[in-house]
Amino acid sequence: MTPGMKSRITRRMLMRAAGLGALGAGAGALVRDAWAVVPETRKGLGPGVDTRPYGMPSPHEKEVVRRFIPWMNATTESSVSFTPLHALEGIITPNGLHFERHHAGAPVIAPDTHRLLIHGMVERPLVFTVEDLKRFPRHSRFHFLECAGNGALEWRGAQNNAVQFTHGMIACCQWTGVLLRDVLQYCGLKDGAKWLLCESADGAGYARSLPLKRALDDCLLVFAQNGEALRPEQGYPLRLLVPGCEGAASVKWLARIEVGDAPWMTREETARYSDLRPDGKARLFSLEMEANSVITNPCPENPLKRKGMQQLSGLAWSGRGRITAVDVSFDGGVNWRAARLEEPVLSKCLTRFRLPFEWNGEEMLLQSRAVDETGYVQPDYTTNRRNKGETGIYHNNSITTWHVAGTGEVTHVQLD
Amino acid sequence: MSSWIERTTPLSLLLLLAVFTAGEPLLAADGPGREATPEEISALDLDVRADGAGLPEGSGTVEQGEALYAEKCAACHGEFGEGVGRMPALIGGEDTLASDRPRRTVGSFWPFAPTVFDYVRRAMPFGHASTLSVDETYALAAFILNANGIVRDDFVADGRTLPAVKMPNRNGFLPDDRPGKPAVRCMSDCRSVPRIVSRARKEEGK
Ligand code: HEC
Repeated sequence: MTPGMKSRITRRMLMRAAGLGALGAGAGALVRDAWAVVPETRKGLGPGVDTRPYGMPSPHEKEVVRRFIPWMNATTESSVSFTPLHALEGIITPNGLHFERHHAGAPVIAPDTHRLLIHGMVERPLVFTVEDLKRFPRHSRFHFLECAGNGALEWRGAQNNAVQFTHGMIACCQWTGVLLRDVLQYCGLKDGAKWLLCESADGAGYARSLPLKRALDDCLLVFAQNGEALRPEQGYPLRLLVPGCEGAASVKWLARIEVGDAPWMTREETARYSDLRPDGKARLFSLEMEANSVITNPCPENPLKRKGMQQLSGLAWSGRGRITAVDVSFDGGVNWRAARLEEPVLSKCLTRFRLPFEWNGEEMLLQSRAVDETGYVQPDYTTNRRNKGETGIYHNNSITTWHVAGTGEVTHVQLD
Repeated sequence: MSSWIERTTPLSLLLLLAVFTAGEPLLAADGPGREATPEEISALDLDVRADGAGLPEGSGTVEQGEALYAEKCAACHGEFGEGVGRMPALIGGEDTLASDRPRRTVGSFWPFAPTVFDYVRRAMPFGHASTLSVDETYALAAFILNANGIVRDDFVADGRTLPAVKMPNRNGFLPDDRPGKPAVRCMSDCRSVPRIVSRARKEEGK
């Protein structure tokens, strides 16, 4: 600080203090904010290392939790909770905030009682404990996991005024497990094998058919997320992970894999998780999650609080590979600017994008648009509805619009 | 495949053969896991495929199903299958699939009758799954199909009749045909001045 500056500041502060004094509010001393005292925390001791064997977030972060929409499902056991995307940074979802989607609640399973049975069109039907599976070569990989129904409530028009509910059925973790490919080949696949049935130990006997081709690609039998054991809500002690595909394919509490020559056509892949088209026909096994993105700051939960420099940021992802670009529009899609992609940019993983901008109180229609390595460009609602209609429920990856008012308030809207 | 597999498999197969002892499950002494016994497999291999593969011995009538339904299912799915509150309806919805408000039910949407057996067996009654006998499950499948007008009152569901049932929406499904390139990456003057056509209610979700 230059001496000149110092004297200027001092003079201004004195003038302000004098003004307050004239109003009778001050006692003639310099005004200072309440924080500028030696904090109470310096006068005592905090909790010791023996008080929290498993650490929890600060009590001041208690609003940052998964939430659910009470009227959305018949029961809380066959339902979904949403990740608070507006309150998270980077690309990793903390384990306690990973959205939940169960069909019969989250069972608590003792790992030593759990088995994975692999049978059907294999040379050797085998039973594995989780410990057995850990003897295969292990891999840790960053992947997003998104429910096929993410954004389902927005097909008919902007409904939820919160990014937690418009996009919160997504999470991203570092998953550790063994390659399904290694385990299947160890069992020995028979000629003619084309599909797997993957079945859960939950109260829905949840089961999905998986094309063998995909199973032999990058699927993992997962036992850890973000460095620690899977959470019960995420399938402890063992789950399947089908990278890039709708979360419902990544069967949790995985207990049985049968190898066969045709899909089973379970209720969860015909009557559910099939995409009804406007003509009344439904798409089967629409597994891949197409490129998608959303701005998480600002968003309805994060309004602009003051004019001047703003730190726009958001998340982009594609089930078909890497994100190659994210564009941001301030005028509802007329003009676009490329945002900066923050490293790491990984395949089938969330990518953080950032774009600082100056705001002078003007109204804005903010949008983000993801492009992936296949050249797929995220479509707007008009285009997406042309292909998918409004009644399909699943796979809503349309461009989302946040209206920013002159007050800085942000509202979820849809455009013509 | 990975060299690890090439190294391990032949060795463990040899050991597998070497450690066979009558009556005991086969142990893969060096490799992970152990051979599953036929009893273990048949205790857990309860799935039924769309073509009826896996349907067990047994049968059930519409009438038996009606009584079971009243006792074990109607509290949630309604006396006639209409659904209580937000619980799913098991009937209705014909000719709604291409409409603005499609109603997906067993009758209007499900393509395969054996799937009704499979789903009820694995997931129902909700919260008490895996408690129905095979004959009870057949009877409930018969009743649900009958309530939808798909089979007659004298229908007997078993491993032969269920796969032969023609579901109304049997041809309603297609492979994934989502367009791979729905949009282009335009950077300027991409559209007319936008107009807001819908707005989330301010308090929704907050
Ligand atoms: C406690 C409430 C409850 C009871 C009792 C119950 N169900 Fe259900 N049922 C549900 C719920 C909830 C679902 C939806 C579950 C989901 O989607 O994950 C459902 C789904 C179904 C479906 C699939 C509907 C569709 O269109 O996808 C069928 C078929 C069914 N139940 C049959 C039965 C039968 C048969 C019984 C009696 C043995 C029964 N249910 C008892 C709550 C119940």
